Amino acid sequence: MNRLTTWFTTGLIVFSLALVAPALAQQPLKIGFGMSLTGPLAGNGKAALIAMQIWAEDLNAKGGLLGRKVELVYYDDQTNPSTVPSIYNKLLDVDKVDLLVSGYGTNVIAPAMPIVMQRNMAFMGLFGLNVNSKFDYDRYFQIMPAGPEPAIGWTQGFFDIAMGLSPKPQTIALVGADAEYPALALEGARAQVKRTGLKVVYDKTYPPNTVDFSPIVRAIAATNADLVFVASYPPDSAGMVRAANEVGLKARMFGGGLVGPQFAALKTQLGPLLNGIVNYETYVPDVAGKFPFLEQFLAKYQGRAIREGVDPLGFYLPPYAYAMMQVLEQAIKATGGLDQAKLADYMHTYEFDTFVGKVRFAKNGEWAQPRMLTVQYHSVIGNDLEQWMRPGHVTVLYPASYATGTVKAPYQDNKK
Amino acid sequence: MEFPTALVLNAIIAGLLLGGFYAALSVGISISFGMLDVVNIAHPAFIILGSYIAYIVNGWMGVDPIVVSLVVSPLFFALGILLYRIYYVCFERRGQESLRGLAFFFGILFITEVALVLIFGVDYRMVRTAYSETTWRLGPVDFPMRLVVPFLVSVTMVVGVQLFLTHTFFGRAVLAVAQDPLALRLMGVNPTRVKGLAFALSIATAGVAGAFLIVIQPVQPAIGREYIGLVFAICVLGGMGSIWGTLLGAFVLGIAESFTSTFFGPSWAPAVSFGLLLAALGFKPSGLLGR
Repeated sequence: MNRLTTWFTTGLIVFSLALVAPALAQQPLKIGFGMSLTGPLAGNGKAALIAMQIWAEDLNAKGGLLGRKVELVYYDDQTNPSTVPSIYNKLLDVDKVDLLVSGYGTNVIAPAMPIVMQRNMAFMGLFGLNVNSKFDYDRYFQIMPAGPEPAIGWTQGFFDIAMGLSPKPQTIALVGADAEYPALALEGARAQVKRTGLKVVYDKTYPPNTVDFSPIVRAIAATNADLVFVASYPPDSAGMVRAANEVGLKARMFGGGLVGPQFAALKTQLGPLLNGIVNYETYVPDVAGKFPFLEQFLAKYQGRAIREGVDPLGFYLPPYAYAMMQVLEQAIKATGGLDQAKLADYMHTYEFDTFVGKVRFAKNGEWAQPRMLTVQYHSVIGNDLEQWMRPGHVTVLYPASYATGTVKAPYQDNKK
Repeated sequence: MEFPTALVLNAIIAGLLLGGFYAALSVGISISFGMLDVVNIAHPAFIILGSYIAYIVNGWMGVDPIVVSLVVSPLFFALGILLYRIYYVCFERRGQESLRGLAFFFGILFITEVALVLIFGVDYRMVRTAYSETTWRLGPVDFPMRLVVPFLVSVTMVVGVQLFLTHTFFGRAVLAVAQDPLALRLMGVNPTRVKGLAFALSIATAGVAGAFLIVIQPVQPAIGREYIGLVFAICVLGGMGSIWGTLLGAFVLGIAESFTSTFFGPSWAPAVSFGLLLAALGFKPSGLLGR
């Protein structure tokens, strides 16, 4: 009887294991991240999430990665850096994710870094400006095309174009929000000022909850600066642009680091007020020929974005969020596993083919070559979205290989 | 440091216009917190709700957002009555309003935000009006209509609230309930009903202020949180429960912010504003016009 029981129990265990083993093998490959789904940067965060979900669906339709379906595990970081450490600890310890990527933006990437470094994870960052300069982590990679010196690369186009004006500008006003990204962008701008020998006549920051920007713009106007460089987040970008129009700001170039005009919401709301502004973009229809694979992605994204109430253009961040996942996908396929050291090593060594073009990483994990577009908005009439979906309202000024025209200065002449 | 006349005049005008907007944001808190002792931390959520309603109706019918806010203010009033009823039954009547009441309003704040996110998404919303891009110039001084129109309506609303409170029976009952609810009860008036109606009035003003906000700057569901500190600071600076004090406090902070931004750098503006608050309370703890 006892022997019979032993055989029966053993058989039962073997049978159970036989049932469970394939199921274990089929466990999804989990990719974890925090993302700003509420709070001030939620518009960008949700747009990025849609892109990443499209990537996961595309990949799963082709059979997944390493024979496993891909599952995105994410939590809302509320655009609040203090929530980030606990999210990444939970992803690693409770959800047991296989890979980590970042949420959107400098202020939520930086607080994830200590945890990621502690666990020796390879880490793809989504549009963090110069985050790794503080950490120097050899498994960090960044999909934003700002180049190996991001703070400088970010502002390179604005300053190169400005110094190409004749006669050369002499003075500059620098202004930005008291927040992570604007502080780093201003740091880069100050380095450019040193390089170009410009004289700084105004260099101030403002609190992020500023309502009326006209006193700031009026103070800048009083300095008669040749150039006005602004590093701002969407609500203050709108405030700055409106104040510049209300005050009648006169400068040879105005813009530089405004976050917001890249998105449909501000493009349509500000409309003709954007005319003359020189700013950065990552993609515009005027250079669609340089991004041959993007159209199919944008077609998928735009339909879904309208339903979910986020940026219906999706030019700025979503293609790069998708490309970030493509980099990860190609590295996993090439290394044939999830060994973090091998993944990082591969990402450092090889070039990647993505929807945003060929991507190669520098030693610090940033793009080896900068490719941030510097553009000037012009001929914008009215506030409809349609005009932004086709070429004709944005001149790409920089880099030279993408340029579609030259800058029209001074800024105020574009208003006529 | 130079103070050119044109810059000084513009700083004062910009400060007054900004102060007018701040007054609209704060007058409701002055009623609920200053007079009724209800710490309605969710006040900014109703401001944002007002912004979104103005945005929707403006998008559908092209009606000016401020007109929309005035038309729908009875709905906000009704919402205020309902909210106060819940607050009263669940917390105030049981004497648990201090901490649990605060948690209740925090909950309302987050629920409103999440509801707005689910319905409208998280993108920034803004409206364009006929006057949004118009600026009047009087000599060297600029008057951007984007701020002038909300200023005029706001001042009218605040003065209206003050006149209502001082010149009507109900208004005087609100002032009385702020001073001594028991005495009011002894005179045959139900203080709970009076408080409910006064609280509803505060929510109605929040709805109107929301329309001003979306005329002035882009709005997303969580932006209201940025105003929590400001509205309470203005209420305290002006004097608890003083509507004139709220208007004066809003102007003081508006001008201080504008003047500091123009001449000393905008990053100093909050320090100067809150420094003024501390100094004013040091000299007059009851606030500028508080008793």
